[in-house]
Amino acid sequence: MGSGPSAEETREQMLEIYPKKTRRKRAKQMLVNKTPETPEAIGANSRTVPGIITQRGCSYAGCKGVVIGPIYDILHITHGPIGCGWYSWLSRRNMSKIRHPEETNYLQYSMSTDMQEDHIVFGGEKQLKQAIQEAYDEFKPKAISVYATCPVGLIGDDIHSVCREMKEKLGINIFGFSCEGYKGVSQSAGHHIANNGVFKNMIGLDDTPVEAKYKINVLGEYNIGGDAWEIDRILRLCGIHIIGTLSGGVSYDEICNCHQADLNVVMCHRSINYMAEMMETKFGMPWFKVNFIGIEGTKKSLRKIAQYFDEKELTDRVEEVIAMEMADVRPVIEDVRQRTEGKKAALFVGGSRAHHYQDLFSDMGMTTIAAGYEFAHRDDYEGRDVLPSIKIDADSRNIEELHIEADPERFNLRKTKERKVALEESGFEFSDYEGMMRQMAKDTLVIDDISAHELEKLIELHKPDVIGSGIKDKYVIEKMGIPCKQLHSYDYGGPYAGFKGAINFFKEIDRMISTKVWKLTRAPWKDDSEEQSAAAAEPATVS
Amino acid sequence: MLEGTTAEIRERKALRINPAKTCQPIGAMYAALGIHKCMPHSHGSQGCCAYHRSHLTRHHKEPIVATTSSFTEGASVFGGLANLKTALENIFTIYEPDIVSVHTTCLSEVIGDDIPMIIKKSEESGIIPEGKLVIHANTPSFVGSHVTGFSAQCAAFVDYLAESTGAKKNVINLFPGWVEPADMREIKRLAEMLGVEYIMAPDTSDVLDSALEGEYQMYPDGGTTIPQLKAMGDSMATLALGPMASTLAADKLKKKCGVENKVLELPIGIGGTDAFVNAMRIAGDVTVPRELEKERGRLVDMVSDMSQYLHRKKVAIFGDPDHVTAMVKFLVEVGMEPAIVVTGTKGKKWVAKIKEICSEVNPDVEVAAFSDIHYLHQWIKGNPVDLLMGNTYGKYVAKSEKLPFVRFGFPILDRVGHRAFPLIGYTGGMRLIEKITDAFFDKRDREDADEDIELVL
Repeated sequence: MGSGPSAEETREQMLEIYPKKTRRKRAKQMLVNKTPETPEAIGANSRTVPGIITQRGCSYAGCKGVVIGPIYDILHITHGPIGCGWYSWLSRRNMSKIRHPEETNYLQYSMSTDMQEDHIVFGGEKQLKQAIQEAYDEFKPKAISVYATCPVGLIGDDIHSVCREMKEKLGINIFGFSCEGYKGVSQSAGHHIANNGVFKNMIGLDDTPVEAKYKINVLGEYNIGGDAWEIDRILRLCGIHIIGTLSGGVSYDEICNCHQADLNVVMCHRSINYMAEMMETKFGMPWFKVNFIGIEGTKKSLRKIAQYFDEKELTDRVEEVIAMEMADVRPVIEDVRQRTEGKKAALFVGGSRAHHYQDLFSDMGMTTIAAGYEFAHRDDYEGRDVLPSIKIDADSRNIEELHIEADPERFNLRKTKERKVALEESGFEFSDYEGMMRQMAKDTLVIDDISAHELEKLIELHKPDVIGSGIKDKYVIEKMGIPCKQLHSYDYGGPYAGFKGAINFFKEIDRMISTKVWKLTRAPWKDDSEEQSAAAAEPATVS
Repeated sequence: MLEGTTAEIRERKALRINPAKTCQPIGAMYAALGIHKCMPHSHGSQGCCAYHRSHLTRHHKEPIVATTSSFTEGASVFGGLANLKTALENIFTIYEPDIVSVHTTCLSEVIGDDIPMIIKKSEESGIIPEGKLVIHANTPSFVGSHVTGFSAQCAAFVDYLAESTGAKKNVINLFPGWVEPADMREIKRLAEMLGVEYIMAPDTSDVLDSALEGEYQMYPDGGTTIPQLKAMGDSMATLALGPMASTLAADKLKKKCGVENKVLELPIGIGGTDAFVNAMRIAGDVTVPRELEKERGRLVDMVSDMSQYLHRKKVAIFGDPDHVTAMVKFLVEVGMEPAIVVTGTKGKKWVAKIKEICSEVNPDVEVAAFSDIHYLHQWIKGNPVDLLMGNTYGKYVAKSEKLPFVRFGFPILDRVGHRAFPLIGYTGGMRLIEKITDAFFDKRDREDADEDIELVL
């Protein structure tokens, strides 16, 4: 952990202040990564301790805000009082643009049933039905999705039957998500609910064949700051065609058609691994984990995709693209590293980036001394090999698990069993994710669902040079004189994925670490040294 | 940009599109942050709290600290008593506030959690340390808007804290309404210039515009103190600024402690500030200092200098009722013509009030309460205007209609000046004139033909 107390001592000091019960619970969620190759079991995906100042959000945010909300040409209607729809209106930077003149981008619109007291008392189904009708009349969209919020489940509105009725009446696809905010323990429940809904209501609706040699989907990529466009740019250069990106910058039709791909690659494991599994079972499409964040990660991911398709033409092209792109990246890294080498970072981000971004920091010669997720599960920390040993607790038991079977007509094994085994024997990993802890250095701190207190303590004891976190932490951290890079919103910059994204990120971290503002935090008269007084006494030069 | 919007207006009964309001708890959270060493606590599932903190942070570019009961499905069915008790124990042990102010969400309101009972039980079981306080406000999201939540939180300060000792003091209470920290600072400056002793609550200045000095204070220096809140019961009079935000608290204080009150519109513009200054002068029995008269005169001077650019310009404006009322008055005062006026909050009386204010310059003004930005946009398409005023969400409309745009109200997520400079008072009026004319001139300089560009304006 560099200077300051050891990871173990730091952990102890963080736990010290807690009441007994809280201490016991938090202790399970805070680990010293003693044996990275065989990570210890972490207490992840358990309920939040009330009053602790968590970073976490809710199931609605995970479902509407994260997974489905980015699909730009369907109308998203929030069924609830006004807040949920309002706060999830353009606040995540899942960018989108219309690509055909007849399309409409609905993401600039926030739609809600704006429930009032009488809807709570007498039920809101009539209001929802009417709202769907009005949305249809106003915009004539291809599809409409409906999201439940906290009160909906409690008052017993059946959004699914309303959707079915309106679907029949209007002749467009209309479907609902029971993503009430209290479900599960975090955004994560919402991801699962969203995956189920997308799988049931969109995937496979359009069997139009796609003419392309290498067809893939990128799952769990939400195009924050244009990340998906950069990934698309690189893959296009390589000759690889993306049918659907779930779900950044994606259209309804692309999702309905994306079972035509021959491979799913997964960026954000947490939010979309359900979909990858279900698509493999139903359509026979394999998946593996990639990471287009960081230079090494991007190269490795491209090569892995080429290896999967196993055609010399593609393998060669991938190497050409890498060489071409690296010509731009190399001088930037060399320049930036002069100022970033040896600096320390700490990362506390959602369910995926706390891992991915360690690659970008390591490209710059920086080390990650502590990291954690808000809402990831044990497999994201420890790797998917622990899946069989994960027990689903009472708080998450009510999240539906779909039972999927092979599609009698459309199941198509993209790789024969023999070919898959041969690939695996050469070190290729399908359906796997090694988790964050294996990649982290020995004796670093891993903290799940970090509290405001723990974060403050970490900064006090270790003074990292930069912290990657979110908007709620950013200004807390910066008041302490430490730059905070928002790794959800990218501080309104980006992209950070791929080669161009890496260049953006390197320059940005260089700016944050080098900017003079942190040296201005203390007024000069607070340190009344002789040197200072002498400097102050000197007259300004007149030239 | 907003390519789905057409001029054809279909009346909507159930669908809200692009709301001009949000829900109650965020207002309560903002008000609670205006109390010194207060921890706002959201009694509901944690998503609300995360959203409210994030949005307030985006607006203020400041830490927004609040805790939550983090409801799970079980608590949602069986009640949130255990969650709140655990939360209080953790909050007092870890974060050591002097006071926790609990507000509710649609979740805890629908299940009917009895907060006073939970507070009482927590007191009895010793969870609340000696000398520490827990208060509460009910803030159901399906009633009213964020302004309602702000108002409820202000009323809770009175309910729980204001005391009358029987000895009246020569002090004026000020409820500033939901305005920016910079505005609160300006209200205090005006009171100090006038030489009036006052207690203002809430006061988010020095809390939500704190200094960067290398150290983080979870509870910054600012905020109304608990003794001040208690002492409000002994003041001579109350001035409540912004009827929707402040009347409830002022009336409760009158009922509880017998403090007479006067409700004023927010002190925006010449007349708005005049009314405030005059009310302070009378209530405090003071003379208006020459310096303040000069400030007023400088604003009048600026309005006269810029009159040719303002006269009869048509304005579309949306926001919270109190903000919009005061701003519409100012627009009328400087010769502009409010054409479309929208709020997301319900209010028949408010509609009548706006019509009355506009009657002289534009009897046909389009006014709507419980309305939204989509309607506003459609009305603009049918009835073009020269200027749009509103919060950040208006920028999409401004871009799609190529309108000069002045940001005001809550939230402003994409600019920084609102937290540093007031819109309130005579100086705030000058800033508004600057903002409005800047917006006009920028558009003109950008779009005029080369031969039409003027050096001097």
